[in-house]
Order: sequence, then C-alpha cells, then structure tokens
Amino acid sequence: MPELPPLPTIQQAIFMMLALVTVVSALIVVLAPNLYHNALGLVAAFFGVAGIYVLLEAEFLAVSQILIYVGAISTLITFAIMLTRGMMYGRTSSNNSMVLTASIMTSLLFLTLWGILGNVEWTEVGAALPDGEQMIATLGQLFVTTYLIPFELMALLLLVALAGALMLARDR
Amino acid sequence: MVPLTWYLILAAFLFCCGLYGALARRNAVAALMGIELMLNAVNINLIAFWRYGDAVEQLQGQMFAIFVIAVAAAEVAVGLALVISVYRGRRTVNLDELDTLKG
Repeated sequence: MPELPPLPTIQQAIFMMLALVTVVSALIVVLAPNLYHNALGLVAAFFGVAGIYVLLEAEFLAVSQILIYVGAISTLITFAIMLTRGMMYGRTSSNNSMVLTASIMTSLLFLTLWGILGNVEWTEVGAALPDGEQMIATLGQLFVTTYLIPFELMALLLLVALAGALMLARDR
Repeated sequence: MVPLTWYLILAAFLFCCGLYGALARRNAVAALMGIELMLNAVNINLIAFWRYGDAVEQLQGQMFAIFVIAVAAAEVAVGLALVISVYRGRRTVNLDELDTLKG
C-alpha cells in the first residue's frame, strides 16, 4: 500500500484556505468583464492578504492592510469607477489587443517562478517573536529613531501626492 | 509551520495576475487594480522573508512593507485623479484610445 502524503497541520490548512480565497479573488479582479465585480474581487483579495499577514504574525500590518487597502483604496477605486462609468458598456471586449501575448507571457513567468522557487533550499529560521504589544511598540520606536528620515519623507510624499491629486481632479 | 516556498508561490501568482491585469485590460481603472495586486504580492514576499529570516526582532521587513503601503496609497490617489482628469477631457478612459503622444 503506497504511503499517503502527511496531513497538513492546522496552520497549513488555514494557509491553504486563505490562499484559495486570495487566488480566486485575484482571478476575479483580472478576468471578470464587469468593473464592479473587479472592485469586489479586489476587496476580497485584500482581505485574503490580510489573513496571510496574520498567519505570518504581522498583526499590525494586517490591520493597516484592512484600514488602508480595504477602507481607503477600494473606496477610491469604487468612486473612480462611478465617476467614469458609461465608457465600459457597449464595447466588444474589456481587454485590449495584447491580451493573448499578455496571458502567454504572464503564464510563462508564473511557471518559471514556480520552477525556480520550488527548487531553492531556503534556510528557514522562523525564530519566536516577542509578544504583539512589544512588537508594535518597537515599530513605533523605529519610526522615530532609525527610520526617521524615510518616515518624514513618506509624510511629505503623501502630502504632495494628495495635494496633487486634488489639483488634478478638481473641476476647473 | 507553513513552508516559505508556499508564500513565495502565492506571491508569484498574485504578481502574475496583477501583471496580466495591467497589461491586458482596456480600462485604466482595471489596470490600476492590477498594479495594486502586484504591490500586495511584493508585500507578502517582504513579510514572509522577514518572518523566516534571522533578524526577526529588528522588524525590517515590516518596516519596508509599511512604506510600500504608504507609497501605494499615494500612487492610487494620483492615478485615480489622473483617470478622472483624462475622463473629463476626453470622455474615455480606454487606454488604447489615449494615444496622443504616439508619433
């Protein structure tokens, strides 16, 4: 009798479910012809990725992902769809003329990456983490010590980008 | 624990999905959604390598991912403002009709 492959552990089973959600919704994002379905799939994909972050014990990042991506970016995208609607109906296809080339190229890229990644022997340390509160406190300290200049630059970038976005989208 | 390879393959799949969306979709908003998927794939990679690396307590991967999220927010705000601005002037956001710069 052939030996069965070992059963997945609980973590692995959870990973599989999250990955399934993420993969299916990512496919909805790029393959569904209706833009609203794309946006809904994007929300589901963001939730799946947030679950992956929780599995990787990066809880702060998972919460940020939900706040920023699901809360802000998806809303922005939905607004953009509503403000520019009308142009995606009455068309023969939602894809441009490069669709065949693009699908072949991206499938080849994925298969190549899979082949390469599956063959590399990663050294997985996976040391135990300090508890969550301690980690978030460390994150906050790093922002104002080691990463002070990138942090300030990021604040400036956000300010300039949002002011620029207002300028661009304003009704003149 | 979950093998690191699984995370990397999931991220590679998300990246390829996003790349396909950015290359093949006709609508500018749909192309932007593809770019968001690619950025998420990068973040999964960063966090996975952080978790399985040997300097977990320095939180470098998390830091990098937070910066990526902030830049993505800025990028999507400017991108969607551009889409709305183009739509106002041209009444279309189909990327293959926006060819004014083509010689």
